[in-house]
Amino acid sequence: MPNSSSLPLKNAIEIRNLNFFYGTFKGLKNVNLDIAENKVTAFIGPSGCGKSTLLRTLNRMYSLYPGQRAEGQINFYGQNILDAKQDLNLLRARVGMVFQKPTPFPMSIYDNIAFGIRLYENLSRADMDERVEWALSKAAIWNEVKDKLGQSGLSLSGGQQQRLCIARSVAVKPSVILLDEPTSALDPISTAKVEELVSELKKDYTVAIVTHNMQQAARVSDFTAYMYLGELMEFGQTEQIFMKPARQETEDYITGRFG
Amino acid sequence: MEKHISSQFDADLTNVSSRVLELGGLVESQTRHAVYALAQFSLEVADQVIATEKQVNTLEVEIDAELATIIARRQPTARDLRLLMAISKITGNLERAGDEAERIARMVKKILEQGSPRNLPSSELRIASDLASGLLRKALDAFARLDVSTALVILKEDDLIDAEFNGFVRKLITYMMEDPRTISASLDLLFVAKAIERIGDHAKNIAEFVIYVVKGSDVRHTALTEIEKAVR
Repeated sequence: MPNSSSLPLKNAIEIRNLNFFYGTFKGLKNVNLDIAENKVTAFIGPSGCGKSTLLRTLNRMYSLYPGQRAEGQINFYGQNILDAKQDLNLLRARVGMVFQKPTPFPMSIYDNIAFGIRLYENLSRADMDERVEWALSKAAIWNEVKDKLGQSGLSLSGGQQQRLCIARSVAVKPSVILLDEPTSALDPISTAKVEELVSELKKDYTVAIVTHNMQQAARVSDFTAYMYLGELMEFGQTEQIFMKPARQETEDYITGRFG
Repeated sequence: MEKHISSQFDADLTNVSSRVLELGGLVESQTRHAVYALAQFSLEVADQVIATEKQVNTLEVEIDAELATIIARRQPTARDLRLLMAISKITGNLERAGDEAERIARMVKKILEQGSPRNLPSSELRIASDLASGLLRKALDAFARLDVSTALVILKEDDLIDAEFNGFVRKLITYMMEDPRTISASLDLLFVAKAIERIGDHAKNIAEFVIYVVKGSDVRHTALTEIEKAVR
């Protein structure tokens, strides 16, 4: 961590003056934030603070719902993804997402991975096999499933299902992976495996993670953003946020004095 | 400072802090008694100081165990974590200050048992020792109230003890030159003076940890002017 401040960081995503509305309710208030490339950025804050909302703007997941809109800029490698002309399928291939509850498709483990790839690429059988193995290996689950690729993804344990979902998002070679409370439904061992995976993933990807578990943010992230009532209260190196936060509000929250 | 959502967490922190103050009180009285034993040539008081050491050690171990339990159960962060780190360090400093007091008491016993001349300037250690035990008390006070301005005063006053120590050493040298028969006893007194000076250093360390808890800046090995800038 001390080194990360001395290296000039490149930003994968630059959020500028972002406001978000659920109908008339303002869910995000003028958020400005940089998400550094090949780093893990964690969003923490109490329920309803806007952390998941913020995450969902990064691949415009909210566009699926009527009445939700974002204003401002989210520059993804210089390109404003809030632009009406933005191709959403392409965006979601480049900015992958994993949800709170594992969501494997009701199909074989192999097809869970291959499904997304087929949408974007036309691979030969051999190339597809290779890509599926690569994705499952990246998600640290290959050894556990290599002998049962034909079995249903739903037959796996919760922790395995979640890693399968991570493999699925990795398979289309995104540059950013969004994790929305990826371990809240998992037991401690599976959680530890997913956390270990996150530190592996950041070598190749930029990771943004929303978590209710502050200790998880402290363990896995390089940067932490504390949000409250739709505002970004404090953003900094994780070490600084957890040892010496600048704002009293942040301190109260992370030390459990909130409320 | 607002209370934690968990009242048990608050109770745990309050409890361990008051144990530290209890330990501090023991060590402070050890220090005062050690110096009293020296000034009054009291074997009895010296023995008391030595006996207290056991209590001090037990308390240190108990406080460390409580700290470990709180850390394991609560995963403290920020100010809470700094407080627990500081308590661990403060406890170590108090225990070592207690060791110094014990050292003084043992030296007093030795001087008495050898029937060494009483015309040495042992009473002149009074100023330094009053400074040292006063500093220790102030440091504990600063910790109890997490008071940065008192901590800063302590950092300044420790220099006075150092000056007293140097003056005393010069005086001892004069005695030894005038009468070589006092050399052995003078050396004993030198060790006593050194022990007093070390107690002042421990008080200063405690003051530095108070600043760490409140301000989050580690001010060890830092010039006073820098520290004043950091806490502003």
